[in-house]
Amino acid sequence: MQNHIQDIYNILPLILVGAGVFLSVVIEITSEKSDKVLPWFSVLVLLAASAYSLFSLNNTGTVYNNMLAYGGNVGIFNFLFTLAAALTVLSSMEYIKKYGSYFGEYYILILSSVLGMMMMAGAKDLFMVFIGLEQMSICFYVLAGINRKKSSANEASLKYFLLGSFATGFIVYGIALIFGTSHTTNIDTIITNFGMLTHNILFVAGMLLFLIGFSFKIAAFPFHMWVPDVYQGSATTVSGLMSTGGKAAAFSVLIIALGAVFPGSAANVFRPYFAAIATFSMLYGSIVAISQSNLKRMLAYSSIAHAGYMAIGLAAGNNESVAGIMFYLIAYTFMNLGAFGIIAMIEGENDSRLELDDYIGLSQRHPVLAALMALFMFSLSGLPPFAGFFGKYYVFISAIKADMTWLAILGVLSSVISVYFYIRVIVYMYFRDPEPAALPVHNNSKGVLAVIISALLVIGFGLFPGTLIDLITSYLR
Amino acid sequence: MENSQLLTYLLFLPLAGSLLLLFIDKNREQLIRWTGLAVSLAAFILSLAVFMQFDGSKAGFQFIHNIVWISNLNVSYHIGVDGISILMVMLTTFLTPITLFSSWGSIKKKVKEFTFFMLLLEVGMLGVFVSLDLFLFYIFWEAMLIPMYFIIGIWGGEKRIYASVKFFIYTMFGSLLMLIAIIWLGIYAAKFTGSFTTNLLELYKIGPAVPQEVQQWMFLAFLLSFAIKVPLFPFHTWLPDAHVQAPTSGSVILAGVLLKMGTYGILRFCLPLFPQSAMKFAPFVSVLAVIGIIYGALVAMVQKDMKKLVAYSSVSHLGFVVLGIFALTTEAIQGSVIQMVNHGLSTGALFLLVGMIYDRTHTREIAKYGGIAKIVPLYSVALMIASLSSMGLPGLNGFVGEFLILLGSFKSPVLNSWGFTIFAASGVIFAAVYLLWMYQRVVFGEVKHENLLALKDLTKKEILVLVPIFIFIIWIGIYPGTFLKLSEKSTNTIIQQVSVPSFDIRPVAGK
Repeated sequence: MQNHIQDIYNILPLILVGAGVFLSVVIEITSEKSDKVLPWFSVLVLLAASAYSLFSLNNTGTVYNNMLAYGGNVGIFNFLFTLAAALTVLSSMEYIKKYGSYFGEYYILILSSVLGMMMMAGAKDLFMVFIGLEQMSICFYVLAGINRKKSSANEASLKYFLLGSFATGFIVYGIALIFGTSHTTNIDTIITNFGMLTHNILFVAGMLLFLIGFSFKIAAFPFHMWVPDVYQGSATTVSGLMSTGGKAAAFSVLIIALGAVFPGSAANVFRPYFAAIATFSMLYGSIVAISQSNLKRMLAYSSIAHAGYMAIGLAAGNNESVAGIMFYLIAYTFMNLGAFGIIAMIEGENDSRLELDDYIGLSQRHPVLAALMALFMFSLSGLPPFAGFFGKYYVFISAIKADMTWLAILGVLSSVISVYFYIRVIVYMYFRDPEPAALPVHNNSKGVLAVIISALLVIGFGLFPGTLIDLITSYLR
Repeated sequence: MENSQLLTYLLFLPLAGSLLLLFIDKNREQLIRWTGLAVSLAAFILSLAVFMQFDGSKAGFQFIHNIVWISNLNVSYHIGVDGISILMVMLTTFLTPITLFSSWGSIKKKVKEFTFFMLLLEVGMLGVFVSLDLFLFYIFWEAMLIPMYFIIGIWGGEKRIYASVKFFIYTMFGSLLMLIAIIWLGIYAAKFTGSFTTNLLELYKIGPAVPQEVQQWMFLAFLLSFAIKVPLFPFHTWLPDAHVQAPTSGSVILAGVLLKMGTYGILRFCLPLFPQSAMKFAPFVSVLAVIGIIYGALVAMVQKDMKKLVAYSSVSHLGFVVLGIFALTTEAIQGSVIQMVNHGLSTGALFLLVGMIYDRTHTREIAKYGGIAKIVPLYSVALMIASLSSMGLPGLNGFVGEFLILLGSFKSPVLNSWGFTIFAASGVIFAAVYLLWMYQRVVFGEVKHENLLALKDLTKKEILVLVPIFIFIIWIGIYPGTFLKLSEKSTNTIIQQVSVPSFDIRPVAGK
């Protein structure tokens, strides 16, 4: 009994969020003022889970018959998911009301998707991975189409759902083959026997199916087709969460599944796969993003490119790369959330004011927003001293250490390409003369708060990356 | 005040100033201007304090300050100056207040942002010159792009967007390859010292031990990034665009300091880190330098726009500096270092003068001028001094540098050919041609346009801007010893590092 109570303490963040989901439902049903209470309640739950994850990092272990891990790097992921979701909720408050997509379910779904992410990051068993993944994905399918009157949202939702289910199919088949050949779904056991198992062609096929499914979830080329339409059609704040939390969760699984953290595991047999994914995602994402004039689409393509940079780390598959990917994910989460947050503030009704032209002269009318946007763009393009630079730096280090300098050079080339479209936003905001018509940005203090928090984190992790990277590496064995 | 802290204060003073500006209301332009000027002057005074305490008779770095920054990667906040970097630091702190002051008349919109970016730029430039950690250096090197990008993009001319984007992407391309080389070097170092390091002083010992077939790629990665910044022919195409479109103060800083970051980088990193490759590629790079000298001069000659002319003359002048560096003799490198300072002063002055007359007439076309000698005598004299200094008239600063470079390249055992010197020397003649010809067309002859008659001569403020520069132009011309003495020891150290690379390191057991 004592043990079970201890277990509950250990996975308290998940319990908190889970309980939050149920309580939210209750609030939504019973309270008249649920539209005022729910968002703050969600933020409270998320921040509590976030704080608990952060302060119990040193308490590591597994619960429930080795199904779920907690503490350490899992804790860092949980911290990331909950904080990202909290920022998303802050950005959403005004946004979803303003653009007619206010439903109480919105916050419940966000909480619920976070629970899924946390299960993925902590999963020690393939079933756990699957349950977490579906929990997150189904929430996202609904969130993408939450504004049901908008045709683009319907399209996004349907597209995401169909293609997402397809990817899930791959994952399930993969898991089946892995289970069939290894006779277990326990990830640790699989990793221990990995070297032996790779002689079995069915196991390798299973792994490949599994990886393909997750390549879809991280939005890597050539499984990226859904990304631009879904990011563009969904509510902007939702796109922000999908591209950051969702991606981070999928990467957390890839990191575990690789077994890269464990010394003595077989060499990275899937290196060619990841190297190919990295190469094509970076180049394709960066090149196609150049021709986008819609900011959400541009960020969608750039998100494909960023998946590519992180996949460099997967290809390298050493200790540095795990730390690098995690740092990159954290940096990417906050800079992307910030950028989407600003877009959400400027966006007009019916998908208007999303084009680059709408940003002309933003620096004159809203200097703070413009400055923050510029900061996020510089960080996304990987310019020091912002967090985005260090993400790339760590990933490149891991590649060079793994004797894959060519991949790092490709990463560099793709960064140079990406600079073009990131700084183009700045060109529009700062260098073009303002149009006479004023840009109505409604008073949105909570959104601004979310964006400022993101910016502070981007600067903070940029100036003092050591603290974070030390924290991450201290849990890598 | 402790020695080692002084440099840190200098580095962060402009940063503090720029942050201070954020709290000033943007409409109080006068206050903003004065704050910017005061901060940059304070930085200059602080750098004078460094200069006074600097011991030129010692080789190696002084004012070293080293604290751990990112322990996991073994990256330190590690700064210090030697005889070469102190000259660059002085040049930076000297030119920044001058440009800020000179911008008072020409920058009328967004004064707050302008001052903010100029101060940030100063932090970046100083950081580049004092960093003794490759990683730290890279941060400053890249971060500096941001303010310059804004300065060209917001306050520039008509094609400013094209110019700023080109400048940004061009320079970033070069530097990112350098980043890969930095990482590679750090990882290679781990084989010897047991840990990843970007400490420059340690890497000085490790770089020469890198196998030649790998070393040459790293050398080229570093060189490309510096060559773009210099700009060395054929990587120069961003420069005329950036120069012409940038506002006067941007051009002054760009030519005065930013380009020196490239040549400084070659001296500080390319040569000592990869000595064998430097020797191997020296003739090749020198050929490019000589092509740059002649090409830049010839193109400058046919320019119709004064600013473009000065911009192309930079390509030519910087060619001299690169030639001097790769000649690898004491005279030549000494000449290069002093020429880096000279170019900052002369070209800075020329850009200022072009800017001053542009503010009055709103044209830079040479053909629109003529016969202004009598109308604006003071201006004409100032333009003459700057032109003569730029073309290297004996008694003025340019002569000293060019002479030393030509002498050094003539004697150079590495280049081992008179050809370089002969062709380079023709650049001196061309410089005289295009500068004098421009001067003649602008200042002498008949007054071409009536509106020139109303031209006003230099104001007191403008004189105040130019006089300090002229003092140094003449000082270096007459008594270059003050400055040459400073850099002599450091120059010899670099030559020694290249010609006698030290291999006295052994792999750590078990690594």
